[in-house]
Amino acid sequence: MKILIVGGGMGGTILANNLARRLSGELKSGKASITMLSASDKHMYQPGLLYVAVGKMSPDELYRDQASLLESSINFRVDPVTKFDLAGNHVITESGKQYDYDMIVVATGSRPHADGTPGLAEHALQFYTEADALNMYKNLQKFDGGKVVIAMGVPHKCPMAPLEITFMLADYFKDRGIWDNVEMYYTYPIGRVHTLEPVANWAAPEFDRMGVTYETFFNLKEVTANTVISEEGSEVSYDLLVTIPSHKGMQVIEDNELGAGGFIPTDRHRLNIEGYDNAFVIGDTTNLPISKAGSTAHFEAEALAENIASTIKIGTPVRDYDGKVFCFIEAGEGKATYAMFNYQNPPDPQAPTKGIHWFKTAYNKMYWASARGLL
Amino acid sequence: MAERKLVDAKNTFCPGPLMELIGQMKLAEVGDELEVLSTDKGSANDIPEWISKVGHEHLESFEKDGVWHIIVKKVK
Repeated sequence: MKILIVGGGMGGTILANNLARRLSGELKSGKASITMLSASDKHMYQPGLLYVAVGKMSPDELYRDQASLLESSINFRVDPVTKFDLAGNHVITESGKQYDYDMIVVATGSRPHADGTPGLAEHALQFYTEADALNMYKNLQKFDGGKVVIAMGVPHKCPMAPLEITFMLADYFKDRGIWDNVEMYYTYPIGRVHTLEPVANWAAPEFDRMGVTYETFFNLKEVTANTVISEEGSEVSYDLLVTIPSHKGMQVIEDNELGAGGFIPTDRHRLNIEGYDNAFVIGDTTNLPISKAGSTAHFEAEALAENIASTIKIGTPVRDYDGKVFCFIEAGEGKATYAMFNYQNPPDPQAPTKGIHWFKTAYNKMYWASARGLL
Repeated sequence: MAERKLVDAKNTFCPGPLMELIGQMKLAEVGDELEVLSTDKGSANDIPEWISKVGHEHLESFEKDGVWHIIVKKVK
């Protein structure tokens, strides 16, 4: 049984390690094999970019060698896939090699797409790559006051990022002693300050208390050197523009016409690619209407690993992915909270505490144990 | 050729039915219809409100077996 995992991010890595442990006997006896194909020999802890953008983490803290995170029984190759042949059960890689499989899991992730909004990449600060996060921090250091506008595209990775960057920027400006010279203006695409109503009901009064003003039903249309224009017809001036750009799936998914926008049509419980029972998708690559977040990939990976292993051992999957998502929310002033929900149960976030912030800070280090499947 | 696309956002909380629609609207062609399925009755209000603000067309909304169907058309 050849299992092929395409993508070495959080989802692919947790899946591979989980499977390697469940199938240790089959891997030793040669009845099964696990191969991972990735575009990089490095693994990035992407949530750390938020901290790099405000000078709270150094970029080198975000990386580990991918091979060091994987069980030794996993065949790891840095050789990104260029062609998927789902009907033929094989892929072709950049090096020209063909990899045949019995089961495939696509976990290639998503990418920021600021170029989809005229003027956005040129004028806005963003933090979804190492270079962009560093550039944002260096520009923040040169900023001495004025109007800071937060604006975002849809869909975007990490639904808590708009709130978190707002709270963390406020802390940054307070720490520098320039808060009184800063006007913060937060915008959001729908009719409240966050898509989760309980989170919005907590965040809006926080904004009021801090003096952060906000405009809802604001979808990015165009950006000029000093103005953001929304699809709804609003124009907002700025001195510093911070954006969470819209995201797309990876180019290879679009090139292979696996899904519009690079997101693959996926069964919400079994996580198989629609029309295929031996091809699966996890993480940002799915088209599921759930959060594009590391925890989503994590919980999907655990469910899918259990199902792939049980299919090999007893001939049938044993559980459905229940839509579980867990997101920390950095709330500023040394506090944090979290939102946890699934397909059936809405979130019920509690008041932020210092303890949850400390746990989040610790998780930024513990992530590596999580990727290895130990946490 | 214009078509009707299904945006199945039943039993999801984040990013939610309206955010799903906004994302799908970007991928749609002018003239396409999109049918949002939502188990959040708030969608019956906030989706038409956003459609009106942006200038697309709200064609129809109805509730069947606990699921709201909100049908809109991309017009620009």
